[in-house]
Amino acid sequence: MAFEIIGKPLPKIDALPKCTGETRYADDLQLPRMLYAKILRSPHAHARIRRIDVSRARALPGVYAVITGRDLPTRFGILPVSQDEEALCAEKVRFVGDPVAAVAATDEWIAEEALRLIDVEYELLPALLTLEEALRESSVRIHDYGDGPNIHKMISLEFGDVEEGFAQADYVREDIFFYAGSTHLPLEQHAAVAQYGPDGKLTLWSSTQTPHYVHRALAKVLGLPPSHIRVIATPVGGGFGGKSDPFSHEIVVAKLAMLTGRPVKITLTREEVFYVHRGRHPVLMWIKTGVRRDGTIMAMHVRSFLDGGAYGSYGVVTAYYTGALQTVTYKIPRYKFEGVRVFTNKPPCGPKRGHGTPQPRFALEVHLDKIAEDLELDPIEMRRRQIVEAPSLTVNWLRISSCGLRACIDRVVEASGFREKFRRLPFGHGVGFACSTYLSGAGLPIYWNDMPHSGVQIKIDRGGGVTVFCGSTDIGQGSDSILAYIVAEVLGILPEDIRVVTADTDLTPVDLGSYSSRVTVMTGNAAVEAAEKLRRLLFRAAAERLDVPEEQLMARARRIFDQADPERGLDFAEAAQLAEARFGTLGAVGSYKPPKSPGRYKGAGVGPSPSYSYSACVIQVRVDPETGFVQVEKVWIAHDVGRVINPRLVEGQIHGSVYMGLGEALMEEQTFRSRLGLHKAPSMLDYKSPTPLEMPEVECFLIETDDPNGPFGAKEAGQGPLLPVPPAVANAVYDAIGVRVDELPITPEKILKGLEDKARGGSGRVGPKSIPSLAWPEPIRVEPPPEWRDVPTRSS
Amino acid sequence: MNGEQHPLAVPVYKTLLEVLREDLHLTGTKHGCELGECGACTVLVDGEPVLSCLALPIELEGREILTIEGLMEGGRPHPLQSAFAEMGAVQCGYCTPGIVLSAKALLDRNPMPTRQEIAEALSGNLCRCTGYIQILDAVERAGARMRERRS
Repeated sequence: MAFEIIGKPLPKIDALPKCTGETRYADDLQLPRMLYAKILRSPHAHARIRRIDVSRARALPGVYAVITGRDLPTRFGILPVSQDEEALCAEKVRFVGDPVAAVAATDEWIAEEALRLIDVEYELLPALLTLEEALRESSVRIHDYGDGPNIHKMISLEFGDVEEGFAQADYVREDIFFYAGSTHLPLEQHAAVAQYGPDGKLTLWSSTQTPHYVHRALAKVLGLPPSHIRVIATPVGGGFGGKSDPFSHEIVVAKLAMLTGRPVKITLTREEVFYVHRGRHPVLMWIKTGVRRDGTIMAMHVRSFLDGGAYGSYGVVTAYYTGALQTVTYKIPRYKFEGVRVFTNKPPCGPKRGHGTPQPRFALEVHLDKIAEDLELDPIEMRRRQIVEAPSLTVNWLRISSCGLRACIDRVVEASGFREKFRRLPFGHGVGFACSTYLSGAGLPIYWNDMPHSGVQIKIDRGGGVTVFCGSTDIGQGSDSILAYIVAEVLGILPEDIRVVTADTDLTPVDLGSYSSRVTVMTGNAAVEAAEKLRRLLFRAAAERLDVPEEQLMARARRIFDQADPERGLDFAEAAQLAEARFGTLGAVGSYKPPKSPGRYKGAGVGPSPSYSYSACVIQVRVDPETGFVQVEKVWIAHDVGRVINPRLVEGQIHGSVYMGLGEALMEEQTFRSRLGLHKAPSMLDYKSPTPLEMPEVECFLIETDDPNGPFGAKEAGQGPLLPVPPAVANAVYDAIGVRVDELPITPEKILKGLEDKARGGSGRVGPKSIPSLAWPEPIRVEPPPEWRDVPTRSS
Repeated sequence: MNGEQHPLAVPVYKTLLEVLREDLHLTGTKHGCELGECGACTVLVDGEPVLSCLALPIELEGREILTIEGLMEGGRPHPLQSAFAEMGAVQCGYCTPGIVLSAKALLDRNPMPTRQEIAEALSGNLCRCTGYIQILDAVERAGARMRERRS
């Protein structure tokens, strides 16, 4: 069937207001009598709070309230298993930037002055600033919970017997990689406004990707009934995962509004955003793979060490993600994963675009390139021959419903001329290749429950106007527009006939939030269900009036008509009035819950998804051997998005992902001063990110596989295309100069170090040489699905 | 200011950005760093891009200031605004007002810039969503439309 709206490069419904300055972000809100809040943050990486005296701050004219940890004693956190954060620290601070006290005053200057008048006496504790230190110094404890001293989480899972696989392999290779931590750097700093009425009801406007989880955290910490709390996510000025946790400042403004009876606003400074962050975990990785002579993978063993920073955040999930998706790209018959997340006295890490999967993807794709070279195999063919089947179950019980990776590979290899260039370009010029996989939403919610992950409600008015209500949060990816396109397609109207009301816990059905690339698939399915219910009512009423069988009707271009005789029809608004007269007020709801995953082991909750997207990427670079500077000349990337709902939006997501992947590959890094734990570059000038001048040409190919679980067959596009970029850059740098930089970012210094090493007769490899020795727990041994029990052996 | 006169008494230490947003309620001008690093607060002063977070109103007496709110004419979007919306150049939209104004200054001075010249003109405006590609596409399209309109 041909679509009317799906597949067209329509503008986003909120694009023009964003171009005219009309869109109101959190910090644009001004309420009468509004106060301004500021938070006092710890200057120490690890310290006990001996005493806080706020009397001088309270006495300052213009100050309405000063609060400390005593006012907000209940702990919170995004994951039920890591409720380790305090809105304001009561006894101990765990990183430079940890919140200690807060002030509400008539303006920001007075609030800042008041912060200077708060006296805090700290007792300094040894600061653990690296993963190795945190594992070694077991007498210093950052938290009093977890799987060991300073160990937040330890995971050990084995699917099939990997040692047997290694024993049967013709060739076994081990590698060690490091992927630096980076931050989201959204253009908009976090901001929130709270209002508390005499009726005991609280409203919070916040720049958040997850209003539903903020709603829950506010209820818990403030002790208010959830029914008295309304959270409205304002249009988010950049998220990328950095606005997915409930944050201290959101709870603090709410408390200050309750205490003062006045609206209170807080906007973090750019420096605070660098400390608050929850960005990409720095991960040290070890990977061992056994293959047959032809490159067929027999067994793989992966270890990851995550430097989590000071709090839990999403970290348990991140740790699982560093091991979950390796099996979703290539057939891996035996797989073992061991992962550890360690607490350190640095800003907490969490989810950033790709959440825990770009790091192991970098390791895997560079590692496979090395194996191909060792065995003198074509790196493309070696991968291409062992792509997963669809439908199938992976060895760790993940269900693959569709896979367009082969088409992705073929498109980029052909368009880039990879085969003519690989190992053939002059010194200093190179091409690199990598593939990847990402999920279209997590199979399980963050807190255990049996309810839908996404709900949509639609109403139709008598003029034919349609309003769609959904808890989803538009963070720029276009989720509001996707709802409008999908409902317009089903009802046969135009996106401009639709008003979309989203991200308001009072008005909209719950959607869990804009994370894990879940929104198009989940809200889309819920929207299709609700719109189809309404279409049935409209068709029934129209069928009676037109005297045409319902099955013969069609909705297109604001009309409902007889497919056999298109002249015979009704205007959409007329059909709506008939249906309202016939059935009463017109409204319908739809909801979506992902299919149950078959995995039944501890840890099986992370990895399942309604569907997986696939990407393949070729990158061409020029490396200057004098300066070590890497210039990315061109990127070819193909992405299996299932169904293209709007090509311009999909390409925009791919461009943005490539951009962010290039930043992480070549320049972005959160670095901290040793001992002190101070951020070395908490500013947009010092924290390097690509400008328009660094951004290369990107040629995109959109592959459609019509996934059975997606709305109109759609899968995700927002995160997956980031993943192949860093390994493709690393592989291209090696192709250009023969230097393996196994540690991101690939800075000019590292390139020069590699070249110097090579000139001295070394291998030219730059990167970590060892991993900490750790007593891993006995693995949970999971029986693979039946199809993997008779796995290939050397002789087969 | 956007073709209007606004007599204002503000503390001398307030930046143009603060006066625009807090005193004139023109919140279309955004802030990303307030240190002159991100370009989100770009406005035009006598047609030239200026970072309003680093400008003091006291220095701007008698100068013509254009903010994003002043760009529409008679309720109709400027060609740059329509092109940004059409070409997918707007994702979160937070950097958009500043980028649109930087692009306007470029097109007013150079109606037919090369892609490289556009990239150079926008290199002081950071965007974390788009990878800049659809932004450059939009500026090219707007430039073409503006040239058509003039001819």
